[in-house]
Amino acid sequence: MDIFLQQLINGLTLGSIYALVALGYTMVYGILGLINFAHGEVVMIGALSSLTIIRPLADSGLPGPVVVLIGLFFAVLVCMALGFTVERVAYRPLRNAPRLAPLITAIGVSIVLQQLAMLIWGRSYHSVPALLPSGTHEVLGATFTEVQVIIVVVAAVTMMGLVLLVNRTRLGRAMRATAENPAIAGLMGVDANRIISLTFVIGSALAALAGVLVSANYGIAHYNMGFILGLKAFTAAVLGGIGNLAGAMVGGVLLGVIEALGAGYIGDLTGGVLGSHYQDVFAFFVLIGVLIFRPSGLMGEKVSERA
Amino acid sequence: MAVLLDVLNLEVHYGGIAAVRGISFAVESGEMVCVIGANGAGKTTTLKALARMLPSAGEMHYRGERLDKLPSHALISRGLALVPEGRGVFARLTVAENLAMGAYHRPRHESGEIAADLDRVHELLPRLKERRGQLAGTLSGGEQQMLAIGRALMGRPQLLLLDEPSMGLAPLMVRKVFEVVRAVAAQGVTILLVEQNARLALEVCGRGYVMESGQITLADTAAALAADPRVRAAYLGE
Repeated sequence: MDIFLQQLINGLTLGSIYALVALGYTMVYGILGLINFAHGEVVMIGALSSLTIIRPLADSGLPGPVVVLIGLFFAVLVCMALGFTVERVAYRPLRNAPRLAPLITAIGVSIVLQQLAMLIWGRSYHSVPALLPSGTHEVLGATFTEVQVIIVVVAAVTMMGLVLLVNRTRLGRAMRATAENPAIAGLMGVDANRIISLTFVIGSALAALAGVLVSANYGIAHYNMGFILGLKAFTAAVLGGIGNLAGAMVGGVLLGVIEALGAGYIGDLTGGVLGSHYQDVFAFFVLIGVLIFRPSGLMGEKVSERA
Repeated sequence: MAVLLDVLNLEVHYGGIAAVRGISFAVESGEMVCVIGANGAGKTTTLKALARMLPSAGEMHYRGERLDKLPSHALISRGLALVPEGRGVFARLTVAENLAMGAYHRPRHESGEIAADLDRVHELLPRLKERRGQLAGTLSGGEQQMLAIGRALMGRPQLLLLDEPSMGLAPLMVRKVFEVVRAVAAQGVTILLVEQNARLALEVCGRGYVMESGQITLADTAAALAADPRVRAAYLGE
């Protein structure tokens, strides 16, 4: 029982990070029909660029959380600029090209960003200074850290903010209208290019936050960290129903929990043959399962359209 | 009366195929003008070109400005609205949200006037008020057409382009839609109507153009067109 609860807590933490990243995939897909495979790299660049600020400030005497906030702020700015630029340079010229072209371009952008990060931050693993409250607590035999609480709460509040933005504001309405029909939204005076840029910028800001949180969780950052994380978040988006905001959040949390429980029990179930380092396998089992049994995802049902 | 819209030698091509072949026409302020013609004559293409949804050649002057130099999303703030063929309501937005999208371009400080316009639209189209919380995709075809017109009105257009508002609707609904169009015109909105239902179009409009394979073949007052034996034979089924 304690393993179950323990892995549930770990899964929830990881899952809320997947959810943040999955939102970026699903928002871009919703508006452009494009799988932005470079999105995972934006998370990585968020993590590493925040470190660039956090590392030298760590011993400055400023309180730890303030340093992390400054690092986060910087990472968000960098990633927003990056998301804007990538859309402008790589995807916009291919707006009317066959769907395969932007997809391949996204993979290309992913490689370019990874190599660029390697040139800037090197190949080594960077340790992340522990600046957030690091106390641990126990409930019913399972332990959780204060960092985990911060991750879950920050992710949840951010996602609530995004949901309000999309569902309750004039801008969100324009985003949904553009996602549904950009030409008609244009007739209402919506500049689709501006909305698309904004979608990339918002998604990238969420990715930066995810990058800072994930590196705080594991205490480590690396130029290669975005690849697997990106694939898993993409899986989460597909699991929830790509294009659907609520789906991305549910899919992210669900995937984190499935993965953590799988990793927690795989040793027992296989008599010790397979260990918890097989954790990554579960996400892809889930992806294959969803694609076979429910390709539209958990919440990806279409609204009935008459006439 | 002042010329509101002046089109000179408009040409639209789909790939190598010419859909509109150098047509010229004008609409004066306060007029109700229709374009009738068979399927594939280029009527919808003409409206889409006017709304800058398709690349075109030739000149389009609107209130002294070159329309063909503007992007599509700049038109509504200049008072030009299109109710597209097939209605084009946002199915996954509610009725109220669709109407709010119609006023998207209007500045925040006009919120009082926007609310007054919403009341006016609700008065003209009471069905929309009843169904304001419903997703637009769940409305019937006629209700969607009403919503599309109401949404365009929320933008306070001076020139309203209407593309086949009667398409796919039951006769009773068609009559209702045309009543609404008439009421809108009575409020001083200039209307350019594209219709396959030539009889009805010529009944409500003051002037008309007949399009045939991308060209304007006849232009006259609606009454004269309705009496023209060629129109009667080809479009009024007599």
